[in-house]
Amino acid sequence: MTLEEKKQEIIEDFSMYDEWLDKYEYLIELGKSLDALPDEKKTEDRLIKGCQSRVWLDTERKDGRLYFTADSDAIITKGIISLLISVYSGRTAEEIATDDFGFVEQIGLKENLSPTRANGLVSMIERMKEIAGQSRQ
Amino acid sequence: MSIKSVRDQFPVLDTKVYGKPLVYLDNAASAQRPLSVVDCWKELTLGANANIHRAVHSLAAKATDAYEDARTKVADFLNAESREEIIFTSGATASINLAAFSFGEAFIGEGDEIIVSVAEHHSNIVPWQMVAQRKNAVIKVLDIDENGVLQAECLENLISERTKIVAISHISNVLGLVNPVREIVRISHNHGVPVLVDGAQGVVHCKVDVQELDCDFYAFSGHKLYAATGTGVLYGKKEWLDKLPPYMGGGEMIESVSFSGTTYAKAPGKFEAGTQNFNSQPTLVPAIDFAKACLADNQVLKEQESILNYVYSALTENPRIHLFGRDRASKIPLFSVAVEGAHHEDLALIMDKMGIALRSGQMCAEPLMDRLGVTGLLRASFAPYNTLEEAEYFIKSLNRAIDMLI
Repeated sequence: MTLEEKKQEIIEDFSMYDEWLDKYEYLIELGKSLDALPDEKKTEDRLIKGCQSRVWLDTERKDGRLYFTADSDAIITKGIISLLISVYSGRTAEEIATDDFGFVEQIGLKENLSPTRANGLVSMIERMKEIAGQSRQ
Repeated sequence: MSIKSVRDQFPVLDTKVYGKPLVYLDNAASAQRPLSVVDCWKELTLGANANIHRAVHSLAAKATDAYEDARTKVADFLNAESREEIIFTSGATASINLAAFSFGEAFIGEGDEIIVSVAEHHSNIVPWQMVAQRKNAVIKVLDIDENGVLQAECLENLISERTKIVAISHISNVLGLVNPVREIVRISHNHGVPVLVDGAQGVVHCKVDVQELDCDFYAFSGHKLYAATGTGVLYGKKEWLDKLPPYMGGGEMIESVSFSGTTYAKAPGKFEAGTQNFNSQPTLVPAIDFAKACLADNQVLKEQESILNYVYSALTENPRIHLFGRDRASKIPLFSVAVEGAHHEDLALIMDKMGIALRSGQMCAEPLMDRLGVTGLLRASFAPYNTLEEAEYFIKSLNRAIDMLI
């Protein structure tokens, strides 16, 4: 599935939910089913700091593609992480570095999550783009 | 006053978020403003906007009167000995920074000690750390017990001949327990050590009498006391204010200026450099009227007591929830909790969509979070316009949110 197709699929998934609590239940399910990052990988250099929840992002480079694994101590954040990973993990550095990540707004997560959460989310997206940018050079 | 008539002064309480009635329980972060405060600000901004103290024209006189009347009002509210003991600032943080800097410059040197409690807000830790760093002084920490109660009796052993000041909150913004400030002041004064009280939460929930407390400094923010943002107060005993050097230099704080030397004005002018927040500080007048009315009204007090009883019981009886700050006798309606297996941020996000405004995270008290062994907490803080019905909805929603997460 191309990057665009995958994004479209998630936008369609989310359009099924009218109620916020239903969206959260879906994200909680996604968060719970995402494999936890092993404790030895939860290091300071993988940590994305926020006032609220903690996020760890690990990246592997293989055959010109980037593979992300990540974790959070908060389950809704982990659900969002799971979405980001399903879209961007296994893509080329070029694809990630040039993507606008606009689908996050399209599914209403950026505006409607709390501002600090949105900042944490923005930080994670920035980190992914930064890593992709470095890999491209 | 009926609770309804109190609520009618706050139009936002009648609004909805995500289709649910707004239940505002983040009052310890910032309270809502009553119409009287908004009207006061509006009248001054539209009808008396002029820089205070210097000009002779009538708008300036009006603005100056409003500003100075507010000083008298605050002095009366805190029962200060004189209005010259009231310094206006932008908030409690600015008040403590002012006190810490000026006191530190005059009285703190290498090897001296400053005592704070482990339950302080960053605003009552970092300014003292900055002083300590500049002067090579030492911070010593007064601990809490397993219920979150300040161990005031340990202060006696913590104070040494190097102790220069004790800085302590009246009520912790996380634990919601009224600290025995009078006792702390008594112990400190026995050793000749002055006490600064961070009253950001205390001034909202307690009748404060600085002469009775006998504290040397008392700091609070206007916006937590229903006044406009960017307002605040530092009370200081005259004997101290006379001895402290100014914090900032500029207009208004001087007596005379020349290149051969500048002399400073007397307090409070000495500490109010530059153009002051003259449209907003006067909102402390209607805000204090509202706060005093609430602290004296039987119906309001009864409702607050019902909320406190109900929420305290509901949170302490639920085995899934751990309430921090467990001392019913000194508790105010401010509750910080941790839930086993449910992250505070997830709870706050879900409950936001149920219409409830809560605070989650470290609440500007990282050392306390470390002491309690948590990464953050979920906090509900109530104000006089909150109802028992809202408290019941809060508990119901908390349980539902926990069920979603576990």
